[in-house]
Amino acid sequence: MKLYLYLLVMAAVTYLIRMLPLAFFRKKITNPFLLGVLHYMPFAVLGTMTVPAIFTSTGEPVSAMVGTLAALLLGLKRRSLIEVALAATAAAYVTSLILGLL
Amino acid sequence: MSYAPPEKFAFSREMPLSFARKYRILSHIFNLGARMEAYGYRDGLRDGLPIGLGYLSVSFGFAIWAVKQGIPGLALVLLSGSNLTSAGQVAGVTVIAAGGLLVELALTELIINLRYALMSVTLTQKLHPQFSLLQRMLAAFFITDEIFAVSSTRKGLLTFPYMMGLGCLPWIGWTLGTALGAFAGTLLPAALSAALGIAIYGMFMAIIVPGAMEEKGVLLAICAAVALGLVLRYVPVFSFLSEGFIIILSAVFGACVAAWLKPVKGEGDA
Repeated sequence: MKLYLYLLVMAAVTYLIRMLPLAFFRKKITNPFLLGVLHYMPFAVLGTMTVPAIFTSTGEPVSAMVGTLAALLLGLKRRSLIEVALAATAAAYVTSLILGLL
Repeated sequence: MSYAPPEKFAFSREMPLSFARKYRILSHIFNLGARMEAYGYRDGLRDGLPIGLGYLSVSFGFAIWAVKQGIPGLALVLLSGSNLTSAGQVAGVTVIAAGGLLVELALTELIINLRYALMSVTLTQKLHPQFSLLQRMLAAFFITDEIFAVSSTRKGLLTFPYMMGLGCLPWIGWTLGTALGAFAGTLLPAALSAALGIAIYGMFMAIIVPGAMEEKGVLLAICAAVALGLVLRYVPVFSFLSEGFIIILSAVFGACVAAWLKPVKGEGDA
């Protein structure tokens, strides 16, 4: 039951963050520092969530490393989200299969 | 609640007056409202299809990962259906799985999803004047990085039907993919299900790597956040910190360092 309370809080917080500004905001933010923080925040969040977690995401370091390299390579080529996600998965999968054969 | 119509200049600034006038005349003649406008529901559906397909596979991977963290499948479907966000859900599941506090969870979601506030603010500048307060409240639910990216780069004003169409397939894809991953994920071979654990991080890489290439400030923000994150995770003194707070602290640190050293010029486009 406690789990569903957690889910409710997540949904409420996430929705309110989206809704309140869209429904009620009528001006523009002008504070340059605040603008900068908001601008960089998503990248900082994603960065600290991805590293180091990505290296343990497949439960085995070699396949995770190969998957990470594939994601990095396609990311540098500006491929779409789905392409990068699937390529990382495929690279990790193939690597684990090869490791299984050795 | 009273609804103040948007200022007139917002309309004329976003599109040439001639178009605005043409639109008003056309919609008046056909009495079809915004539904038949250039950016209607079907346009939204079409724009949302690739996003929905992408979400389907990424949320599939998310669900497989989250089930391994000990979250029941039904809860995951509810989570995806009610949150529609990748980073926030990964962080939320991480906090829940670690037995984090409710306030820690709320704060984590607040920090991680703070970007949606900026996106919402940006989108308010592009909303069609016919957008009512209730419609704004509905459309707000569907704001994600990808939906924001597509809608904010659309020429002209955003109508309510367009925003609803745009949100439809991504929501279905995200929720359906979660259900498939949560309930059918165990049918997959163990090696494939293990490999899918990297899918969500692959998607994150697809967002941050091009961002870092385009802007030194973004690269700086990522490096600073990752650096502090590594310190907080691996230096034993900080072992009392939970994963949720580590994400918050390192992300705020990275964003502040970048905002301080590489100030954003001009308007704050996310």
